[in-house]
Amino acid sequence: MSTDIGTLETYLRKKRSEGHKLVVPYITGGFKGWTDAIRAAAANGADAIEIGIPFSDPVMDGPTIQHASESALRNGATPISILHELRSVDVGIPLAVMCYYNTVHHAGHERFANSLHEAGVCAAIVPDLPLEESGLWCAAADTSGVETVMLAAPTAPDERLPRIIERCKGFVYAVGLLGVTGERDTLASSALTLAKRLKALTDVPVLIGVGVSNAQQAAEACTIADGVVQGASVMRRLIEEDADAVGDYIAEVRKAVDQC
Amino acid sequence: MLKDPSLDGRFGEFGGRFVPETLVPACQELEAAFRDAWADPAFREELDDLLRDYAGRPSILTECHNLGKQLGIRLLLKREDLNHTGSHKINSVLGQVLLAKRMGKKRIVAETGAGQHGVASATAAALLGLSCKVYMGEIDVQRQALNVFRMKLLGAEVVPAVSGSRTLKDAVNEAMRDWVATVEDTYYAIGSVMGPHPYPWMVRTFQSVIGQEASEQCHSLLDGKDPDVVVAAVGGGSNAIGIFSGFVDTKARLIGVEPAGGAAVGKGMPGVVHGMRSYLMQDEHGQVEEAQSISAGLDYPGVGPEHSYLASIGRAEYPCVNDAEVISAFQVMSRSEGIIPALECAHPMAWIIREAPKMQGQTILMNLSGRGDKDVAQMMEILDGQV
Repeated sequence: MSTDIGTLETYLRKKRSEGHKLVVPYITGGFKGWTDAIRAAAANGADAIEIGIPFSDPVMDGPTIQHASESALRNGATPISILHELRSVDVGIPLAVMCYYNTVHHAGHERFANSLHEAGVCAAIVPDLPLEESGLWCAAADTSGVETVMLAAPTAPDERLPRIIERCKGFVYAVGLLGVTGERDTLASSALTLAKRLKALTDVPVLIGVGVSNAQQAAEACTIADGVVQGASVMRRLIEEDADAVGDYIAEVRKAVDQC
Repeated sequence: MLKDPSLDGRFGEFGGRFVPETLVPACQELEAAFRDAWADPAFREELDDLLRDYAGRPSILTECHNLGKQLGIRLLLKREDLNHTGSHKINSVLGQVLLAKRMGKKRIVAETGAGQHGVASATAAALLGLSCKVYMGEIDVQRQALNVFRMKLLGAEVVPAVSGSRTLKDAVNEAMRDWVATVEDTYYAIGSVMGPHPYPWMVRTFQSVIGQEASEQCHSLLDGKDPDVVVAAVGGGSNAIGIFSGFVDTKARLIGVEPAGGAAVGKGMPGVVHGMRSYLMQDEHGQVEEAQSISAGLDYPGVGPEHSYLASIGRAEYPCVNDAEVISAFQVMSRSEGIIPALECAHPMAWIIREAPKMQGQTILMNLSGRGDKDVAQMMEILDGQV
């Protein structure tokens, strides 16, 4: 990535200050057509892209992203191959990776942080690395200039949220519901409740992810939150159709959230 | 005594609490509830009563005179196979389900490999009036059909895990996914000394009854002496840590026997999965490898963190045996002693048979953690009906 877009957080704050709601699609790295999907999403109004590094045991993911991860692994995707391919993807918006902690642990904290930085990745989301275990990774990431997005869940007691926010860079990932990634018929009420709690505590952009399943739910989430992360609904389109379908979907989400 | 973990759940550099943020408050709540319950004489009494009057404790110690003579050793078996439900799993499950009830939870989820922990969980849930859902790898559902039916008879719902290797590792993934979605009213009863803090410590505490009893029984039988060697099977490692807990302060060698196709300590390196940092079989990119073992209960690429710690400080050894040695030991034990062992326990038996020439005259205590009824159909197929 060659375009200088600064950090993920400065970029998202700038977009927000322009009255813009933030749309962040998730795409599984190494899945057939993934780099085309990144380009299509960026061209159709995504503000940043979250790229999943597939893992053998994705405990936070439901069937759609499990399927995408298994397929990518069967295709031979590795953390190294994905980061290597990302170097040639320049879409002018920030990229973040989502990876399970063993991927980081296995590579080594410093080495992994450096490899993200060198691939032009701004930030990392590590869903099985909670606050209490995050010290070593965060230190290495800070040194390499990689932002660590922390997750906040509906189960967090009030005293916990400020500590999560304090350690959070890029944006706060508000987990929309109790459960794993996947499409749901309606947006859970827990999503808006948590977003409200977080917005009352911080100026860092608050994005709702997990269970934001279509354009209408994205717009509903954005009545409180600064934006949304969408994974399963994006990957279902890439699995069943192609990168163009991902682009069309992001355009639809963009339009819906811009009207709210 | 085995040491308590540090406040952040570490045994040395192993353990911890690597779970999704959603589950952190639940693990903290569980830790507090367990500390409170364990310090409460009423809870301890209720559990002791159940272990005695329902599970059938204390389990006996059997000396194997025939095999001992053949092998030139003195061989003692701690008979966890005689517990209600047929294995050591009931020790931990009764404690955990009592705790779940004390915490006001309505529902139990559990994972199971061979089905022994699933059966024990279904049993305890039936007894104590909670609903129970058990995740079991699709391959294990096929090879352990008897235990699947037992769980259903006991009123549990059995859900096949169809992702990944479709064995124990994937059943754990599915149980964790369930728990992430249901954490407010659901208790996750983990079947071994694995998972996030406080599970490895809590399950060990519940299983330490094996070692306490065995220590007293050995002292009585051996004129106050301890055995020279204490040996048990290791998948996650709960029966092994249970019996080790009674002998860690003695001079006895502690041996945890892993299957060759699931040797986390023997062939793995430190990694993080299922909430814990421990030895883990993984490829060059950190993808968790699929274990391959004849025994569904040991078909797991990781191991409890305290075993990783005991290995790292050299206090316990973790050799492995292959499936052929296990099949042979299964038959030897049946014929020589009239005891059909669980395939899991045929692993330490196979190690004893192999290593006996180097242990002549020594006293070996083996944890017979489960009975072999569940494995008879599978063995009939493997041996093609020829015995």
